[in-house]
Amino acid sequence: MYLSVNWLKHYVDLGNITPEELAEKITKSGIEVEGIEYVGENVTNVVVGHVLSCEKHPNADKLSLCQVDVGNETLQIVCGAPNVAAGQKVAVAKPGAELPGGFKIKKVKLRGVESNGMICSLQELGVDEKFIPQQFVDGIFVFQDDVEVGQEVVPLLNLNDAVLELDVLADRADALSMLGLAYEVAAILDTSVKLPNEELESKETERAEDCVDVEVEAKDLNKYYGAFIIKDVEIKPSPQWMQNYLLAAGIRPINNVVDITNFVLLEYGQPLHAFDFDKFASDKVLVRRAKDGEEIVTLDRETRKLTQENLVITNGTVPTALAGVMGGLDSEVTDETKTILLEAAYFDGTSVRRTVMQTGLRSESSNRFEKGVDPKRVKKAGLRACHLLEKYANGKVLQGISEFDELDYSEKTVTVETERVNERLGTSITAEEIASILRRLQFPFEQDGSVFKVQVPTRRQDIVIFEDMLEEIARLYGYDRLPYTLPEGEDHVGGLSEIQQLKRDIKRFLEGAGLMENLTYSLVHEKDVNKLVSPEIKDLQPNPVPLLKPMSEDHKYLRLSLLPGLLHSLAYNQARNVANIAYYEAGSIFVSQEETITKQPKEILRLSGAITGNWVENKWQGEVKPVDFYVVKGIVERLFELLKMNVEFEQAKLADMHPGRTAVIKLDGKVIGFLGQLHPSLAKQSDLKETYVFDINMDLVFDAYEYDVSYTEIPKYPSVSRDIAFILDAEVKAGDVEAFIIEVGSPLVKSVEIFDVYEGEHLDEGKKSIAYHLVYQDPEKTLKDEEVDASVEEIVKAVEEKFGGYVRS
Amino acid sequence: MKEQLETLKREALEKIEQVDDMQSLQDIRVTYLGKKGSITKVLKGMGKLPPEERPIIGEIANKVRNAITEAIEAKTIELEEIALNKQLEEETIDVTLPGRKVRVGGPHLLTSIIEEIEDLFIGMGYEIKEGPEVETDYYNFEALNLPKDHPARDMQDSFYITNELLLRTHTSPVQARTMEAYDGGKPFKMICPGKVYRRDSDDATHSHQFTQIEGLYVDKNVRMSDLKGTLDKFAKHIFGEDREIRLRPSYFPFTEPSVEMDISCKVCDGNGCNVCKGTGWIEILGAGMVHPKVLEMGGYDPAEYSGFAFGMGPERIAMLKYGVSDIRNFYTNDIRFLKQYHHM
Ligand SMILES: [Zn+2]
Repeated sequence: MYLSVNWLKHYVDLGNITPEELAEKITKSGIEVEGIEYVGENVTNVVVGHVLSCEKHPNADKLSLCQVDVGNETLQIVCGAPNVAAGQKVAVAKPGAELPGGFKIKKVKLRGVESNGMICSLQELGVDEKFIPQQFVDGIFVFQDDVEVGQEVVPLLNLNDAVLELDVLADRADALSMLGLAYEVAAILDTSVKLPNEELESKETERAEDCVDVEVEAKDLNKYYGAFIIKDVEIKPSPQWMQNYLLAAGIRPINNVVDITNFVLLEYGQPLHAFDFDKFASDKVLVRRAKDGEEIVTLDRETRKLTQENLVITNGTVPTALAGVMGGLDSEVTDETKTILLEAAYFDGTSVRRTVMQTGLRSESSNRFEKGVDPKRVKKAGLRACHLLEKYANGKVLQGISEFDELDYSEKTVTVETERVNERLGTSITAEEIASILRRLQFPFEQDGSVFKVQVPTRRQDIVIFEDMLEEIARLYGYDRLPYTLPEGEDHVGGLSEIQQLKRDIKRFLEGAGLMENLTYSLVHEKDVNKLVSPEIKDLQPNPVPLLKPMSEDHKYLRLSLLPGLLHSLAYNQARNVANIAYYEAGSIFVSQEETITKQPKEILRLSGAITGNWVENKWQGEVKPVDFYVVKGIVERLFELLKMNVEFEQAKLADMHPGRTAVIKLDGKVIGFLGQLHPSLAKQSDLKETYVFDINMDLVFDAYEYDVSYTEIPKYPSVSRDIAFILDAEVKAGDVEAFIIEVGSPLVKSVEIFDVYEGEHLDEGKKSIAYHLVYQDPEKTLKDEEVDASVEEIVKAVEEKFGGYVRS
Repeated sequence: MKEQLETLKREALEKIEQVDDMQSLQDIRVTYLGKKGSITKVLKGMGKLPPEERPIIGEIANKVRNAITEAIEAKTIELEEIALNKQLEEETIDVTLPGRKVRVGGPHLLTSIIEEIEDLFIGMGYEIKEGPEVETDYYNFEALNLPKDHPARDMQDSFYITNELLLRTHTSPVQARTMEAYDGGKPFKMICPGKVYRRDSDDATHSHQFTQIEGLYVDKNVRMSDLKGTLDKFAKHIFGEDREIRLRPSYFPFTEPSVEMDISCKVCDGNGCNVCKGTGWIEILGAGMVHPKVLEMGGYDPAEYSGFAFGMGPERIAMLKYGVSDIRNFYTNDIRFLKQYHHM
């Protein structure tokens, strides 16, 4: 909403307050002023001139040579506008004049002819082109005839105005009108409001009811419909001052009738609509729901197909307007219009809102109906418009209103206890201060000691309960005066839950291990949604969940894996010549097993990582080691070691992963994620070099997690170690042998570590050597060599039997 | 004999003095103190002395032997030190060559901000609550006093999945869920950080996905001044002790009264500059007293309980605090951006 300060002055005495001070006060007490625009900043020395003669320029086809009377002298001015003509009253920038943008007017010679000034267009005077009346867009501005020659143009065109741009939030429908803002400003400045003139001069004896019947069928959606009839209107431009205020409010002037309805809309916040009654083609207004498939051509010349959701004004047979949204083209007011049916109505906000959503037609009118208009101002707005039509369109207003009225005009009463106000705010406001605030708001009230029964005016539809009144009191009392306190209620012990703490610890672990955290989008492209989905999720046969109305193909589906997002991050950096990257992300995936979604998808927390480039890089020392499977596995292993969880890694073939360098991670025999090398073809497709990833289902990890830091005694007796190297078939898995050694050597074998793996020279084709370092320990005694030797012998025999290998000597 | 011993001593000490390698020193030891050494030889001739002289000569011989031994020991230490110094000299490296790079990762800037805020509120007795990112229309809107067709629903254009399910547009549904879980049973303080989504085209100031932290405190006799005091603590903790806050009336369907909190602009210290658009104030967050309808729907009797709530955007806080100018930076994961904010 744009608030013209000059316009506001008609209703409220602003004293000497500057627009900046006013803006600050309005912002602080509730409606944010987002900006101030000074309409004709820097316009000086521009006066009304009378074009005495206008001839063709002797040396230029497109220029005119004008003699212009500017009051005390006559100036010869060369003008390039196509619409300049003798007899016009125009805005003349005299030599020495200054125009917006620091533009200065000087005496010049144009094609050999002297020009002593400039005849201005509205653009040149600083008016935004989009609001300029159609006839003046491509030329100079022409005044109406009644202006005095030689007068300063600045006040005539309201160029000395400041317009405040207000951000009116959904609850303050009252602030979408000049009167509402007048009450607001009056409350802030503690002054009174002057109301506009609604009186009629009319001596007509004919009554509106004689001309038109009003019938409302959809009574739930239209509680009031008033039809005024104005005869013999003279269509012409509206007075300049009215055009000025419309321009300030961002509405383009059209003609007096349309301008008056718009002016009253802005003044009262009540939308009005003027029909050309002669084209209305009936003497009956019927307000009803549209029929499915019914059509109307609206003022914007679009044909609209209607449904029963839409409320329409009809002439008894066909729709003539979309109620509260836009009029129909058939009954549009034109230059030929003689008789007007002026509608002042109260339409249901929800119904208007639905029509707006359905048609995409959002207007100043619909916006106000959606948010709710003041019941008491509906009829008054009609009267105000009639008053203006009498005055500025020479209309003859018929007596009375043909109306349907089931509107509730009652005012709500809200009880305000001073004590409760202070309890809620933490203040010590006195009853006297509250009374004063209520008076400033012009809310009538009854006071009984410290208790107020406040009668809320209908213009403030947002105030219903005590808390609403509390806000009124608080904002006018001033939030600056609220003390700073801290809660005095019951003490609370705050903190992270065990899992929340664990999540943080896991992140810190990964970061310590060299990984950088990422945040990627939950919404992904269709081509990514099924990529790199972990096997235990695939087993659930999830259906990717799409948005109803995605904004782009890139963000259409809820993700089933974090990895595609991480790969995009890697590619983004690689494209910028960053080759070594280690990223991780913790975030949700969205799993739904439904064919058609009806329930919230299950959100599963995943911990995923992607690493590419060199893991170790000390170039001058000759140490450069690219990331490999075992780097990633090392990180994952260590993570589970810290979580005190035994996981197993099992060779696996997964889509989009390297068939020989991928493992699933198993916990208690169930897959909880995977790791390995990204399939080289996918890497290539994704513009990535060799890349390794891991992906863990943290929900399953947390389910199995047990916090355990119980004390284990440090062994008193020394440990004994033995190394054994086996020659095995190349296909035998080192991990299987390791697990088997522990199984056979239990309980004396405490740990087994692989310290050498060898293939190649000195070994037969298809064979490899794996060396294990075994640590023996008995918590009860010092182990004897014979015991250990016996165990080693047993292990060697068992391994040879099971895996077909032999000990390397 | 005495003279002979003294001569040997003088001779030996002189040699020891001049020696500059371990081997020569060893040779000197053997020459004088060895089984066949000069001193030993002299002592062997002691049998020829008269008995009364023997002890005297014996003592002198011991002294000479000790003197030589000590001199050798001292020289040994000296030579060892020289050798060590020489070795150390040879081991000298170029300390200006670069060190081994320690691989370190780090948290995302938004995680750091969120954890900082979490820790601040934990210190004030708050718990952390989480909730689903795909929400029902009920929890995202209705339970927050935003019935269907409410005009304020325009304020947040949403990503719907079905007519009843959507990506949450704020973390407020967690508030509704928390109240419901406590069933009107007990006072509580909580904050809920998380991802939220709105139908916005991504540009420098909009992101279709972003994060939010909301807080809620419900108890008997919660005052608006408590909210002001709490927000002041927050603002000073995050933006610096010398920041002032101001509350401005605003509108949110789920709070009444509703306010917007501004902090005094750090760039111009409240005098007005480009950053604060000349106002001296920068908008940080929205807050208010919990609307009685919201309390009621959450199972709390508004006659008995009151509460305050606030909500803020970590992206906005990061942008203000660290001068990040484009919100997309948080989601493109450019390593040069992520690395900038790792510090102690
Ligand atoms: Zn500033």
